[in-house]
Formats: sequence, C-alpha cells, structure tokens
Amino acid sequence: MTALTVLQVANLVLIVAGAVLTVWLRDLLASVVALAAMSLLLALQFYLLQAPDVAIAEAGIGAALTTAIFVLALRKTRRKEEEE
Amino acid sequence: MSVVVRTVTRLLVPLALIFGAYVIMHGHLTPGGGFQGGAVLASVVALLIVAFGAERLRRRQTSLTSVEDLGALMFVVLAFVGIGSTFFYNALAGARGLFGGTEAGSLWAGGTVPLMNWAVGLKVMAGLGSIVLLMALFGGDDDR
Repeated sequence: MTALTVLQVANLVLIVAGAVLTVWLRDLLASVVALAAMSLLLALQFYLLQAPDVAIAEAGIGAALTTAIFVLALRKTRRKEEEE
Repeated sequence: MSVVVRTVTRLLVPLALIFGAYVIMHGHLTPGGGFQGGAVLASVVALLIVAFGAERLRRRQTSLTSVEDLGALMFVVLAFVGIGSTFFYNALAGARGLFGGTEAGSLWAGGTVPLMNWAVGLKVMAGLGSIVLLMALFGGDDDR
C-alpha cells in the first residue's frame, strides 16, 4: 500500500466517524460542528481523488455556508434535541 | 462577537475576496469557476454576519438583490451576443477583441466564457449571501 492509499483510507474512516458523531450527538451545536468537520474532510477526500473542482465547491458550500445557516437557525430555535 | 473574532475577520476578508475573485477569474483555465468562486465570496458575507452582526448589513440587502439581478441579466445578455449563429454561441472567441485570445492557457482567451463566469459568480455570491443574511435577520433570537 502506498502512502496515498493509507491517507485516503484514514480519511474515509474519519469521514464516517464524523457522520456518526453528527447523528449521535444530542447537543445540536456540537452536531453542526461535527458536520462541518465531516464536510471539510470530504473536501480533502475529493482533492485526493483528483476532483479539485468539486473540492472547492464542497469546502465553500459544505464547510462554510451550511454551517453558518445551521448555526443561525439554531440561534432562533432550541439547542438541545428533545426525547420523543 | 469578541474583539479577537472581529480582528481576524478584518484580516481574512480581503484575502477571501481576492481568493474568490481568483477562482472566478481563472475559471476557464484552472479548477473552479463562477459557482465555486461565488460560494467563496458568499462565505465572506457569512463571516461578516458572524463577526459584526446582521443588523449592520441590513441596508446592504437591497444592493445584494441588485447584484443578483445584474448577474442573471449579464448571463442572458452574453448568451444573446451570439444569437446571429445560435443562442449561447461564443461570438467573442478568437475575434481579437475582448477575451479574444487564441493561446491555450491564456487568461485573455475564452470569449464569453470568462465573462459568463463573472456573471455566475456575482449571482451566486449575492444569492447565497442574501440567504444567509435573511436567515440572520428574520425571527427573534431564542436563547434556551
């Protein structure tokens, strides 16, 4: 295995960990931060898979703008998730 | 927000604006283009809202809407430039005029494509910026 493959596999594991963390966390602000971290790692993965075009879009939209919109929405609603 | 956030924002905003403009300008040569650069520029608006609050940007909302309309209009007008042949025909390419270069990899090439990249970039920047700004402006804050 080359170093690039190791980096890609480690990155994929971290992406899955970020996605699981996003769903699992009860504090929605922490959940949004986990989603932003996942988006950033996904952008890195796109770059490693030689799609820099998609990586720029993912970093701009996924990591910056959706995070801002989610945080602004959280400020206007509740921060904690309620048990049904 | 705190003085640290505001100072870092003042440093970062020019850099992010230059990077967004670079991504749009080199859209026909390198990865990126109108949409990606516009998203980078819209994240500047989000950064300003986080650092300085949405109230200070309330008056800019109408100008953002105007920029968005200008981008859409510019795109359609540029598409109509080549109506002599077909809709979206690249009439400026190779014409030795504006963006009429023929060298591969030259910034001064591509005909209407770089101008259309600017139109899309302006529209995406203003559109996504408006979305973030309106999300921040409307509805009361609820700190529970």
